[in-house]
Amino acid sequence: MIIAADKWDWGAVSDFMPHFWDGVLTTLQILALGSLISFSVGLVWALAFRAPSRFVRWPVGIITEFIRNTPLLVQLFFLFFVLPEWDIQFSALTTGVIAIGLHYSTYTAQVYRAGIEAVPVGQWEAARALSLPYRHTWTAVILPQAIRRVIPALGNYVIAMLKDTPLLASIGVLELLQQARLEAAQTFQYTEALTVVGVAFIVIAYPSSLLLRALERRLVV
Amino acid sequence: MTAGLWEHWVLPGIWITIQLTIYSAALATVVAFGIGMARTHRLRTVRFLAGFYTEIFRGTSSLVLMFWIFFVLPQLVGWALVPMWAAVLALGLSYGAYGAEIVRGSLNAVAPAQREAGVALSFSPWQRMRLVLLPQAIPEMIPPFSNLLVELLKGTALVSLLGIGDVSFAAYLVRLATTESAEIYTISLVIYFVLAFLLTRGMRALERKTKAGIGQKTESRGLMSKLSWRQEMQVAQIPKGGGTGA
Repeated sequence: MIIAADKWDWGAVSDFMPHFWDGVLTTLQILALGSLISFSVGLVWALAFRAPSRFVRWPVGIITEFIRNTPLLVQLFFLFFVLPEWDIQFSALTTGVIAIGLHYSTYTAQVYRAGIEAVPVGQWEAARALSLPYRHTWTAVILPQAIRRVIPALGNYVIAMLKDTPLLASIGVLELLQQARLEAAQTFQYTEALTVVGVAFIVIAYPSSLLLRALERRLVV
Repeated sequence: MTAGLWEHWVLPGIWITIQLTIYSAALATVVAFGIGMARTHRLRTVRFLAGFYTEIFRGTSSLVLMFWIFFVLPQLVGWALVPMWAAVLALGLSYGAYGAEIVRGSLNAVAPAQREAGVALSFSPWQRMRLVLLPQAIPEMIPPFSNLLVELLKGTALVSLLGIGDVSFAAYLVRLATTESAEIYTISLVIYFVLAFLLTRGMRALERKTKAGIGQKTESRGLMSKLSWRQEMQVAQIPKGGGTGA
């Protein structure tokens, strides 16, 4: 494909730059908060999968399967349009962060689950032999070993989450894509703004995935 | 909710979602096999180009890609795309990049001795791929591909942002018309869940079928089981001192 040079306007790119940086900041903010929610809620799901009572395990299993198998976009609209009907008001950014965090928590739950299952049975037996209380078995023996194994996999989901942050543009959050759309709507120059945003994602995602691969080699022995 | 809205928007919406999934899955499969096989090619340049494709399309957001294809590409190349095809192109190209990694992984997982056996039978690289590697790799690909298809099905919800009348767009319109947000969004989530469930079930049936077929035959007959009788005849006819076939 030949990109015609006369259709590319560097002036439009430099006009877009201040908005671009605002968008990057918002995107990183969504990513940080979303990761925090998905990592912590995911751990809760993962522990609930192993709960002694099946009245905990079954509902949690059904809820996570449902969230995992339905589109994030529709969940986002659900939270954004339905919660206010029930008199729960959040800003678009908060709604977006909750939606993305909750959606990815069902993925991170599976990661934690695999990590917990990968801890050798002997470790459980050792904890029992030392008559450690249930809570200490988790916090002092199992989780420190499990989490070390799952960090690279969690990182992969952070990158996946990064690529889903543009969905929040649809409810009006001023992240990268929405900044580009607003700029393009004013200047009618979609080419520059959208291309800059597309490239920005690759520029952030590719080094991150290289970093994760290096981390994986170090952590997973 | 009024019956008219259901008939006019939701049912056609389901059909459009299914169509989008089928078309994008078809494109993604073609891309996945093309790029995935290229990533195991013996020429470094081919491997590099295929790797470059994978990194580019896995690195960017499919929504940004979809907008880029819909808004920017027409300006650059001078022809317009129907929203539906822009969406299929974006979904197919980006999920194809994920699929390519699955194809590459499964091809690399085939025992090296199988590849060597192909060389020993003086198969050409293409024959080795077609007769030895792919038949063994494909059953391994089915479970991860089934996950990828569910992701693709969920990914089709993005197209509502281009105004294509799929399930999520139908939900959006019904919400505007009736202000019954809770009902319509719950219904659309359930629709996606049921579609994903059916898809997973279908893929699992396919998996059982392929695994059963391969397992049964390989136990008794090894490599030859992968070949049809016609291909067996070809193998039988290969001259003993034949070339390398490369």
